[in-house]
Amino acid sequence: MDIDRKRLLEIYRVLQRIRCFEERIVNLYPDQEMRTPVHLCLGQEGVAAGVCLHLRREDYIFSTHRSHGHCIAKGMPLESIAAELYGRVDGCARGRGGSMHLVDPRHGIPGSTAIVGGSIPLAVGAALSAHLQGNSRIAVAFFGDGASEEGSFHESLNFAALRRLPVIFVCENNFYATNSPLSARQPGVGIAEKGAAYGIPGQLVDGNDTLTVYHAAARAVARARSGQGPTLLECRTYRWKGHVGPQCDVEQGCRPRLELEEWKSRCPIAALRAKLCTDGTATDAELAMIEHEVATEVTTAFDFARQSAFPNPGSLLDNVE
Amino acid sequence: MPWTTVQADKRPPAEPFGSNGGEREISYRSAIREALDQALELDPRVFLIGEGIDDPGGVFGTTAGLAATHGSKRVMDMPLAENGLTGVAAGAAMTGMRPVLIHMRVDFLPMAMDQIINHVAKWSYMTGGRTRVPLTMRAIIGRGWGSAAQHSQSLHSLFAHIPGLRVVMPATPHDAKGMLLGCIASGVPSLVIEHRWLYDRLGPVPEEPYTVPAGTGAILRKGDHVTLAGVSHMVVELLQAAEELAEHGINAEVLDLRSVRPLDEALLITSVRKTGRLVVADTGWRHCGISAEVAAVVAEHAWDRLKAPVRRICLADCPTPASPVLEQAYYPGVAEIVAAAGSLL
Repeated sequence: MDIDRKRLLEIYRVLQRIRCFEERIVNLYPDQEMRTPVHLCLGQEGVAAGVCLHLRREDYIFSTHRSHGHCIAKGMPLESIAAELYGRVDGCARGRGGSMHLVDPRHGIPGSTAIVGGSIPLAVGAALSAHLQGNSRIAVAFFGDGASEEGSFHESLNFAALRRLPVIFVCENNFYATNSPLSARQPGVGIAEKGAAYGIPGQLVDGNDTLTVYHAAARAVARARSGQGPTLLECRTYRWKGHVGPQCDVEQGCRPRLELEEWKSRCPIAALRAKLCTDGTATDAELAMIEHEVATEVTTAFDFARQSAFPNPGSLLDNVE
Repeated sequence: MPWTTVQADKRPPAEPFGSNGGEREISYRSAIREALDQALELDPRVFLIGEGIDDPGGVFGTTAGLAATHGSKRVMDMPLAENGLTGVAAGAAMTGMRPVLIHMRVDFLPMAMDQIINHVAKWSYMTGGRTRVPLTMRAIIGRGWGSAAQHSQSLHSLFAHIPGLRVVMPATPHDAKGMLLGCIASGVPSLVIEHRWLYDRLGPVPEEPYTVPAGTGAILRKGDHVTLAGVSHMVVELLQAAEELAEHGINAEVLDLRSVRPLDEALLITSVRKTGRLVVADTGWRHCGISAEVAAVVAEHAWDRLKAPVRRICLADCPTPASPVLEQAYYPGVAEIVAAAGSLL
């Protein structure tokens, strides 16, 4: 499948938007004005962009504690994310959710959960909803490698397969659950292979190759949209920062430095940039212009966030059902 | 299994609840079935999902025949995956549906704690009210015939601790229908806890759909000397105890709390301020149970009118035993309530 120039530049813009937004968090976090635990996806941007660019505005995604990239790729306004990180009333959850509970129903994001594995059945439920309502929406569950150890993963795959629901399971395998390596937690059977137990096609994808993710997601979306049922994508990738916070955890001995450096040399954004320049899709100046525009957007978003008011303490009990 | 067909409570049925001689009377079981049937009829967003809900037994008769009437897309069996399917139902609720998730036993709810407590209860709040979860869950308390520790629990107090959930425990056929419809209509995450021993009890139930809101208690009997408050099947025991007390010249006021979250504090306080005495009876355990919350509310708001200590009638502080002799020792009833009330006067 060929990807036209316009779409390639769109993919590049989304990757840059995620990267720039999260780098800004890293820069501003020491001010201690963002009082929320941030789980950054720097280095993993290719999965969010490669999957979400196939989705329609009304399609659903359910994400996790590491959700900034998914929500940005799904089209969520940066202002509402930034304001939520600052605990302000203009935040997407009006200052109730923080970094881990981004939400935007107008962009198909019913919410995000910080409990590992929690996003998976919720996405299946949204797919069931689409199925029962007879519309053509699909749902995507984003989750990490750790979630594939949870019962909810297996329960969800079983039910989605049973009902042939329009859902895509996207596992971002970054090889660590906090600091526990995958090899200490799983017996060496690939996560993609677990799909076979439920009759679900499972595909192993290089998550740092955005266009490979894009092609794999295209097939999964087509399957879901045409009523052929769920797909499981295991996208292998790597986070550049620690489990939580703006620091890298390599200094603390959480991960081998060489491992990080090797993955950093395979940066999904640098790789796509080089490809676009080399094959003549875009000039360096064109891509630099995109980077400049994105940086301006991000600056505007954070300025907006810091100028937004805090919620009224009198509204503390709002929306307790 | 015998206990799915045997009516374990062998005592003669009491007078139908609130009988007025004219209205149609149906069983608690039929009232639940009627509520589900009408909800499916009235609202295309409603669907039912639960283990075996389309089988011939139909969850002790409460879903019998509904799959045939409304189709397998709206009355669906499910895998044995309580947590996952609670998440599935929640996801459907977040995206435009009104699911009713049905558990044969309260004891299966602990398997779904992550989705119920971490997700369903919190979603509206942590999304700033932008996504709501109109999910109704039903679960049934078992009792007797050696049901033992994992088929008989009353875990309402556990759920009532959690902000964001509504927890109701109808005792009458009227409330079984009205509260279930009320929960489905409310658009709020709700847990309806039923009691197996109430299933065959008769009472007046209007044929047309109606709702009884969570958070409202009911006075089932007026009295001045002592307030007897309780939930679910203990309400039956309280009414019978009130009869016995009346024979001794004691006029007990019987409150059916009906809803443990929210709790109808005003009704409770008004009654206790009038009688000055309270016996509270729970189908669950004492420690951190709803009886403790009721006693605390009374201590906070009716202290100056109390003429005697609050007495609590709860399960013995152990898991449910199987042997009938031990069961008898485990479950308190009319005798304990009468003795407690008598000791206050």
